[in-house]
Amino acid sequence: MAAINRDDVAHLARLAHIEMSAEELDRMAGELAVIVDSVKSVSEAAGADVPATSHPIPLTNVFRDDVVGHTFTAEQSLSGAPDSLDNRFKVPAILDEA
Amino acid sequence: MTELNPAGTDAGTLIRLSAAQLAAKLAAGEVTSVEITRACLDRIAQVDGGERGINAFLHVNAEEALAVAAEVDAIRAAGGPEADALHELAGVPIAVKDLIVTVGQPTTAGSKILEGWHSPYDATVVARLRAAKMPILGKTNLDEFAMGSSTEHSAYGPTRNPWDLDRIPGGSGGGSAAAVAAFEAPLALGTDTGGSIRQPGAVTGTVGVKPTYGSVSRYGAIAMASSLDQIGPVTRTVLDSALLHQVIGGHDPKDSTSLPEPLADLVAAARTGNVEGLRIGIIKELHGEGYQAGVENRFNEALELLKDAGATIVEVSCPNFQYALGAYYLIMPSEASSNLAKFDGVRFGLRVLPTDPPLTIERVMAATRAAGFGDEVKRRIILGTYALSAGYYDAYYGSAQKVRTLVQRDFNAAFEQADVLISPTAPTTAFKLGEKLDDPLAMYLNDVATIPANLAGVPGLSLPGGLADEDGLPVGIQLLAPAREDARLYRVGAVLESLLEAKWGGPLLAQAPDLAGAPALEAQEAK
Repeated sequence: MAAINRDDVAHLARLAHIEMSAEELDRMAGELAVIVDSVKSVSEAAGADVPATSHPIPLTNVFRDDVVGHTFTAEQSLSGAPDSLDNRFKVPAILDEA
Repeated sequence: MTELNPAGTDAGTLIRLSAAQLAAKLAAGEVTSVEITRACLDRIAQVDGGERGINAFLHVNAEEALAVAAEVDAIRAAGGPEADALHELAGVPIAVKDLIVTVGQPTTAGSKILEGWHSPYDATVVARLRAAKMPILGKTNLDEFAMGSSTEHSAYGPTRNPWDLDRIPGGSGGGSAAAVAAFEAPLALGTDTGGSIRQPGAVTGTVGVKPTYGSVSRYGAIAMASSLDQIGPVTRTVLDSALLHQVIGGHDPKDSTSLPEPLADLVAAARTGNVEGLRIGIIKELHGEGYQAGVENRFNEALELLKDAGATIVEVSCPNFQYALGAYYLIMPSEASSNLAKFDGVRFGLRVLPTDPPLTIERVMAATRAAGFGDEVKRRIILGTYALSAGYYDAYYGSAQKVRTLVQRDFNAAFEQADVLISPTAPTTAFKLGEKLDDPLAMYLNDVATIPANLAGVPGLSLPGGLADEDGLPVGIQLLAPAREDARLYRVGAVLESLLEAKWGGPLLAQAPDLAGAPALEAQEAK
């Protein structure tokens, strides 16, 4: 597996929507390279015949009755929002044409 | 060394009593909940604030706690059916890890991104504390979003270990463990994703339990890694953990991973009083090399005590545990990177605007997350994004999930040979504040013995095993049981605890330094 480098970290930071300074990218690339190296053995531990476990204690078909339960008011839902208008979340421009 | 007189009702005695002892005093009318709650709040004011304070609490909820206490006292004083219907722990105060949401108190998750945020709903566990009329003393400090093993990654400063103020109290739930160890609260709630209840318990000389996955509802615990996270008790005695587990546990329709079956009688299990005929398995891979000598010594003593009490000690091997830490550090960041995507500067918490245009949502999001998240959170989000990205998914996340199967198989095989497994909880005693802060990998190694239980969903309990010879700091003993068999932990844990306390001549925490000499600063007012 390829080692993780500074360009990878810059790309991942963009994907994760985290702005990073040049200094931060350098530091993080170094730290992550060590961590990724230490977890390498995981990819060689299990053969192809071993099934994956995504959930420690699988429960199947967890349903509830199709009735209206507790719902939050608009006021409650918006109570922690940084900005709102007319009972809605107010979002910055989606496109940069504005 | 503080002398404890269980018959007393002075504040110094009250703060040191267990929850079970307090409940008995309340039931007998020897003390009021207001007296107990006030004693805890006074203690918090005395030892928690200031430069050298414990800093276990991020928020103190004095007014509401005293109001609930007064309500319990009034019901008890009036007598009748309402008094008879009071829960056994009614009036016994508790602290709540600040990862768990509460109405009427802020929830920060130890992060700047949630500073000042109030949840519009209570976590199920909090609703159950309220139903039992347990006064909530406040919210406790943690590594940001529960990511860490030392509480140093909190955006609100580290918590100090009551045994040595220059050392870490473990993490991520260092605040809950330190609050209980420093006699600020008899009980606390924690969350455990890779050891965040058990490892702080070990290094502070307290008891911490990670229940079977699904035994306690996760509704209202801010998710780090949803397939690993579990809420559980943080206490000073094994019986107290059983009592608290019984309050918060059981099925919750709001959590689709909540186990449908009722809880076993965990309190009765803690009161069983014998381990005769039980097979206790030493996990070959979880002691010896890499473990501090003093940790190993206390561990071996615990084995001798259990053997003398009639348990059979066997050795089991779990060869795939060598991959558990690596698998955990792929699965946990992967799930965390997804769970933390919700902190987007739109729905709750912080919004930071970039200094230059254009102010598009993507740029606002990136600026908000850059300012709101600390280094460790960023590290884990990037690592998780990497492990989940195209081209690496199979090699990293996919392989880690397979290791999870192997770890489960190791547990299954081990539990064929043993009823309960045993190991040290952490490889070392508490390290110094700052010692491992610049070395993420060294920090991660603290969880080597606790992580397998999270990967497999099995329950684990850490209890004090004594003090390490070389540094005089607490050592934790971990017990593990098969999924849904939490009762076994309480049975064995309570027996081992009573054998150890007989040897020590009282609880281990009676040997902790007296913090009353610490300067009481008015910083509490600012909290």
